[in-house]
Amino acid sequence: MPIQYYIFFCLTLFSIGVVGVLTRRNAIIVFMCIELMLNAVNLLLVAFSKMHSGAALAVSPTSTAGIDAQIFVFFIMVVAAAEVSVGLAIIVMMYRNTHSTDINFLNRLKN
Amino acid sequence: MSILEILFFALSAFAIVSAIMVLVSKNPIHSVLWLILVFFAISGHYILLNAQFLAIVNIIVYAGAIMVLFLFVIMLMNVQSDKEPQKKLLTKFIGVLSGGSLLILLIALVKQTTQLQGKQVLMKEGTIGLIHPLGKALFNDYVLPFEISSVLFLSAMVGAVIIGKK
Repeated sequence: MPIQYYIFFCLTLFSIGVVGVLTRRNAIIVFMCIELMLNAVNLLLVAFSKMHSGAALAVSPTSTAGIDAQIFVFFIMVVAAAEVSVGLAIIVMMYRNTHSTDINFLNRLKN
Repeated sequence: MSILEILFFALSAFAIVSAIMVLVSKNPIHSVLWLILVFFAISGHYILLNAQFLAIVNIIVYAGAIMVLFLFVIMLMNVQSDKEPQKKLLTKFIGVLSGGSLLILLIALVKQTTQLQGKQVLMKEGTIGLIHPLGKALFNDYVLPFEISSVLFLSAMVGAVIIGKK
């Protein structure tokens, strides 16, 4: 499978996430679109890792090139899990104060 | 067309349609359920690439833990879809326009890149995605970041409890 197909697919998912962040006002949906963007990047990292692995395996059959990208994806998932727990706690606190999850409420941080 | 290509295109179309449905759904619970389908499609892609460890972790962590957390929060808040704030139509149109231009720009960029021409992704072969080599790399070369991530989790836990208690 050419690497371009994977890049196009991941770019489409990423752009859908960007559109979601720009067009929705519910903080939870915005947060979910950020997760979608993270996942698109994860898939692209794995695809590039397999691309390098395939090129290295053709030279030496015992090479482990490309394994760093998969570890990196693992750490991205770890950080995303920590980020979601804190972010959702912030959204719950925001809901308790205003009884809505409208992100325009955060405009008040300006003054 | 080989079976791998059919699976690739089917999973990609499924993921893109589900991702669009995440945005279009009025009810936040439906959005969460569509997003879980996107994550399952991405896990299918990982299996096609023989990254079995990441496929399982993606299902357990994302589709299992994180999305259940989202569902809990949405059900806790009792959000009504008819009272939900909507952006103005013009703002939505501009958002879609800028996202679409970003997509077109990046696709044009990738199409012009000569370094990527003819590069192939290794499908369903190779052992680097299995647990054995990944575990060896994680506990030899990356043991310090692995331990630091536990501190990150501890601080995230403390932060979530403190924010939630107020």
